[in-house]
Amino acid sequence: MSNLLKIAMRNLFRYRRRTLLTMALIVAGMVFVLVFVAVTDSFKNMMIGHITESFLGHIQIHKRGYLASIDNLPLHLNLLPRQVEMVEQVLSQTEGVEAYSERIKFGGGFSNFQQTTNIRVNGVDPGKEFETCPLLISRIVKGKRDASSLEKGKILVPELLARGLGIKVGDTVVVVATNRDGSVNGKTFVVGGILESATGPGGRDGYIHIEDAKELLRITTKEVSEFVIRVRDFPQVYSVHAQLKSRFSDKLNKEGKPMFEVYTWEKLSPFSNIANMIDVMTFFVKLMLISVVLISIMNVMIMAVYERIREIGTISAIGTLPGKVLSLFVAEGFLLGIMGAISGTILGMVIVFILNLSTITFSFGRQTGLVLAPIISIWEVVTISLFVIVVAVVASLQPAWKASRMEPIDALRHV
Amino acid sequence: MSLIVAQNLTKIYNTEEVEVHALRGVDFTIEEGSFASFVGPSGSGKTTLLNLIGCLDKPTGGRLLVEGSDISSLGRKEGARFRGQNIGYIFQNFNLIPVLTAFENVEYPLVMVQNRPVSERQDRVAGLLAAVGMADQKGKFPDQLSGGQKQRVAIARALVTNPKLVLADEPTANLDHDAAYGIIRLMEKMKDDLRTTFIFSTHDTRIIGEVEIVYTLEDGRLTGQQISGGKVHE
Repeated sequence: MSNLLKIAMRNLFRYRRRTLLTMALIVAGMVFVLVFVAVTDSFKNMMIGHITESFLGHIQIHKRGYLASIDNLPLHLNLLPRQVEMVEQVLSQTEGVEAYSERIKFGGGFSNFQQTTNIRVNGVDPGKEFETCPLLISRIVKGKRDASSLEKGKILVPELLARGLGIKVGDTVVVVATNRDGSVNGKTFVVGGILESATGPGGRDGYIHIEDAKELLRITTKEVSEFVIRVRDFPQVYSVHAQLKSRFSDKLNKEGKPMFEVYTWEKLSPFSNIANMIDVMTFFVKLMLISVVLISIMNVMIMAVYERIREIGTISAIGTLPGKVLSLFVAEGFLLGIMGAISGTILGMVIVFILNLSTITFSFGRQTGLVLAPIISIWEVVTISLFVIVVAVVASLQPAWKASRMEPIDALRHV
Repeated sequence: MSLIVAQNLTKIYNTEEVEVHALRGVDFTIEEGSFASFVGPSGSGKTTLLNLIGCLDKPTGGRLLVEGSDISSLGRKEGARFRGQNIGYIFQNFNLIPVLTAFENVEYPLVMVQNRPVSERQDRVAGLLAAVGMADQKGKFPDQLSGGQKQRVAIARALVTNPKLVLADEPTANLDHDAAYGIIRLMEKMKDDLRTTFIFSTHDTRIIGEVEIVYTLEDGRLTGQQISGGKVHE
């Protein structure tokens, strides 16, 4: 094997310029893919983190049918006390759940006594909510950034409404809502803080204490609209989701259908479409890399075979088996792939490092000044490198096969 | 038992328009340890005959036995194995592998064809390079050697697997007078030392006198057999 690689390596450096040019193509492709993956993944992860940790959570549980009507925030689809207890019991027994928060969600009128507009209200337990969505607290741009801004009698008002109605921290406002029976009730609140808008469907969401929500909606029992769950490590989202789905699978309603809906953030946020698009783009960029490696290695190997026909004839004549001839050329493709992958990885990592040092900022939606922190996992680097090496070997197979099938007599006659 | 037996050997090349009769019913036998040459003008069938004996090509008709094996029935892999075990080649253009040193070129058949262990390879290659007078040039690449030196390396490569038979197609065609004589004498010496059969093709009149048996080919037919001493058999 070492002799095979030695001969392959020497053959590569026999045509130094061509080898270096091919390697440069592979390296450029590798660098492009690595930097692209690092930047897009960084962007994607940052946005996912921001969306899930500031209001969406990682997983949500609703009563069946709630999500289809979520725009109306239907109170009649709230989880009833028995169901709430069921969910709490399952959550307490599920591995990987770090925190959860119950919410009562409803739509209502919001007034500063001069003007009225619509608001989506989340009644939450501040302690649980801040634990489940830790970035919520950092979205309080005016007012105290602690649980006191959401104690009973206070409301966190979205920036959008606060600006429109000219509301400041400490002002008194009123929220009017229709309860499940159709009767209207109102309650005054002191503005505890102004909430910065979050990306996604959270621009008109205000927060009040869950007890105030119950009082306003005249709810006397333990019922909630949704459970929002935070998992211990983000990559665990899918396994926790699967666990929860499985645990709720035997909880059926009167129609014999599942009683609960359990969804990950992807189902709940339109940003998941953007994340999917990023994944599709990454896939196509990887496809381009494959094409670059495939074409450049095939080209160089076809040339190598063509230029060495007499040499192939010689080694075949002296008894080299067709399989060995094939492996000689495949070894050249393999080495080109390895050298390209190593050089590309080193250069790609250096560029990612430089991008991190450069502190590049960008805007997304209403958020500005987000710092781009490209990062690429070792797993991704290894996968891309292996990919390049495998493609290099595959690309060299056809020319190598052709070389191994040559009749020595014809090859020796080649001029 | 004769090393090579050819009976009514024919070879026809079919081109798009015409049939070319390269060999037209050739019969001969060559004994083990011979130092024989096929001579004749260009197109007489010398190279074709060597290619058939060397298992690089198949006859159109007739029978060809090498070491008792009918080599015309061997497939691609079997043919390669047969060549690797029994036949050494010396080419007109030396055909050394340019990326390997003289030592590595000689070592190549032991590594890539016969998979011999390192210790055995080292001794065998060093011994042969010394025998062909190239021990001091072993680290040089082919482009650093003269034509005569390249052919010496090629002879060592042909002999390294200890073959029964060495085939040399016009081995002196690209060499000057002195180098050509040197190569012929070297081959003869190796034949005597190793009891290897040497068969080569040539139209080089300078070296015909050095050969034990000369077969004359004309237009695909064997027209003469001359044994050293000048006797010609028609």
